[in-house]
Amino acid sequence: MIKVDRLTKVFGTTTAVDRVSFTVKRGEVLGFLGPNGAGKSTTMRMITGFFPPTSGSVTIDGLPLADRPVEVRRKLGYLPENAPVYPDMTVEAFLAFCAEARGYSGSPKKQRVKSAIAKCFLDSVVHQRIGTLSKGYRQRVCFAQSILHDPPYLIMDEPTDGLDPNQKHEVRQMIRRMSRDKAILLSTHILDEVDAVCHRALIIAGGRLIADDTPEGLRRRSASYGTVTLVLKNGLTDKLKKRFEALDGVKQVEVINETGPEVTLRLVPAARQPASAARILAQLDRERDLVSFAVDRGRLDDVFRTLTGGSSEITGRTANDPGQPHP
Amino acid sequence: MATFMTGVKAVAKRELNAYFNSAVAYVFIVIFLLLCGFFTFYVSNWFEAGQADLRAFFQWHPWIYIMLVPAIAMRLWAEEKRLGTLEIVLTLPLRPSQVILGKFIAAWLFLGLALALTFPMVLTVIYLGQPDMGAIACGYLGSFLMAGAFLGIGTATSAMTGNQVVSFILAVVLCLFFILAGYPPTINILSGWAPLWLVKALENISFISHFASVSRGVVDLRDVLYFLSFMILGLYCNSLLLAWQRQR
Repeated sequence: MIKVDRLTKVFGTTTAVDRVSFTVKRGEVLGFLGPNGAGKSTTMRMITGFFPPTSGSVTIDGLPLADRPVEVRRKLGYLPENAPVYPDMTVEAFLAFCAEARGYSGSPKKQRVKSAIAKCFLDSVVHQRIGTLSKGYRQRVCFAQSILHDPPYLIMDEPTDGLDPNQKHEVRQMIRRMSRDKAILLSTHILDEVDAVCHRALIIAGGRLIADDTPEGLRRRSASYGTVTLVLKNGLTDKLKKRFEALDGVKQVEVINETGPEVTLRLVPAARQPASAARILAQLDRERDLVSFAVDRGRLDDVFRTLTGGSSEITGRTANDPGQPHP
Repeated sequence: MATFMTGVKAVAKRELNAYFNSAVAYVFIVIFLLLCGFFTFYVSNWFEAGQADLRAFFQWHPWIYIMLVPAIAMRLWAEEKRLGTLEIVLTLPLRPSQVILGKFIAAWLFLGLALALTFPMVLTVIYLGQPDMGAIACGYLGSFLMAGAFLGIGTATSAMTGNQVVSFILAVVLCLFFILAGYPPTINILSGWAPLWLVKALENISFISHFASVSRGVVDLRDVLYFLSFMILGLYCNSLLLAWQRQR
């Protein structure tokens, strides 16, 4: 288990990360969301021990990072933001270096490098210099480096950044496969990714944790969650409207569109307790009138915008993106 | 200890390969050899001197190193910071001391290789006369140790900044100070008015005065210790700078 306790980082006068606490268990993929400069990368850098926190602690597998940094890092795989790699090395030499630095030698080393190359589909570029590779390949080389030693804990900063849709799909599938026995923390600002791979998501803004929930739970916070849109062929009778309005969980019935006899209705839900689809359908005595029926499952980007302040204002205020910690 | 050295070795191997994977290694070696030859033969007129020793060759080493060692050292940390790969290296299960030592050893070995490639000088002296091989061996030892001391400065200035040019210039200036402090003309100027203890102190911290006796063939343990402690100091500064930057 990764346990992060009141982690804080202050750069000069700006607080980049402010008392952030959470845990990631084995078998879980935790998504880390937030606007640029919200403190995602800074938090991850503290968890991997790249730099120490101003205060707070990180414990991995019961080992405190501050006291046993080398042991903890042995259990960690880390894919840094922008996937930094040595452009002058070949893919194979780079992975061999990472394996050696992790204490592998001889045939176990070769085995590790080979399997990482296979897992990340790098076979065709093994002997190429990394500098000559495309962004997508470089991302995969760095990804290979992070899973080379089959670590029980994986920290990935924007793992699908710069990949094309097919590669994104591959990487997500790989993450999902690995999530069975690993604890994975990944940051992203692609909200679909959270739905696709994460069991739980954190939202951070201005260095503070503002939500820790399942993707479903987050969507539930969306204003449109549970809104039902109906299209009826033969218009809306007053009687039917009343019956809808009488339902628990329906706050209001709105007619959005009327073309001839066909009418489009929206049933606005009462806060967080929308009526079930079955009960709404039961009100329609002539079901053949129904052209379409849609339930809004809520939208993560709505929730994200609401929680993080909606505009770039927040990003601007906390624009202390420590992308380059060594000016 | 064994695992400590495994990590050091992995880093050193990567760094050495990095020199040879780029043009740096070849350019450096060629220029180093050209400068050595130029100074020895044209400036010191080694052939005309008619002596079967390599003092004329070694005396130029501090001046060659002053430009070339900072050039070798500048990329050690600055490059990693620029590429962002520092984040990979420092999150591997390695102690900072392993990374620092690995980088230093790689650069030092590389300088050792360049120095070893001056062997035709030795062959020439052997061909032309009966040189004191002990003195020549001492000269090489002293030069190698001095290169390490220069490198100590260079790695520290490289750790100071993410900019290779800044690192280079700082290293050159610092190295220049440690050369000039004991350079006979400087000593002559100072001895006219400065207190004796200051002149002595400056002479004692200078590369030149420690290198001079070694290159004449006199291995004094104090000179060896001086260069070794200079390297250790450089590496210690390196680790402090690194820790300080991570703290911020």
